[in-house]
Amino acid sequence: MSDQPITGTSATFDRVADIIADTADIPRDKITPESHAIDDLGIDSLAFLDIAFAVDKAFGIKLPLERWTQEVNEGKVPAEEYFVLKNLCARIDGLVAEKAKA
Amino acid sequence: MRLEYFEMIDQVVHLDRAAGRIEALAVVPDASPVFEGHFPGHPLVPGVLLAETMAQASGYLVLAHLGFAQMPFLMAVDKARFRSFVGPGATLNVAASLEHDGSGYAVTKATIRHAGKLLADAELRFRTMPFPDGLDAPMRARARAIGLPMEDAGGVAP
Repeated sequence: MSDQPITGTSATFDRVADIIADTADIPRDKITPESHAIDDLGIDSLAFLDIAFAVDKAFGIKLPLERWTQEVNEGKVPAEEYFVLKNLCARIDGLVAEKAKA
Repeated sequence: MRLEYFEMIDQVVHLDRAAGRIEALAVVPDASPVFEGHFPGHPLVPGVLLAETMAQASGYLVLAHLGFAQMPFLMAVDKARFRSFVGPGATLNVAASLEHDGSGYAVTKATIRHAGKLLADAELRFRTMPFPDGLDAPMRARARAIGLPMEDAGGVAP
């Protein structure tokens, strides 16, 4: 067991990594916070929707995938902001916090 | 049902937008070219067409939920079960409920029953996206023809 305290994001990462491993059939040990879901893990758009569904259910949120996709396609936001897992997890934490406030 | 034209839903009998639920009727035709192959002398509705029937009921539910702003395209069929044979002339009660309204996708659970008996069920997922050119009008026309309430559907009146 690690001596590191579990922060919100690392606990979130563990859940998200488990979801990706289960959903996309990717070995769990290949999934790191620095992994890019598309470029490094080879997750296609269909599989990413499967993952989004599992994340939505697990965290009780609604990942704004349409807005993210539009922002990336229009060049307003680099894809890494959403698809590198540590960034994705930070956004999940943000959505969970927003929901808790509402 | 016109199996060979993939027109699976004959009539929407109930739509509850607030609850995210639709109920529809689908009557299996007495004869269809599909039965010539499936199976010769022993006509049965193929399971894949029962899955399509559940997908279409779900699709109309999602269309109604989104006010025809986007088109749902089937992307996954999970946990599909075909529990009994379905032959010519059967009246099928098809129901679907919206399980999750995601961003760019939707999830439903659907069932097919005959005389109260569960024949098939599945969990379905759809990608939702802007209508491809030319598809909006025929989808609205078909929805209207089967009795889907269209008062909140937006767009151009018929």
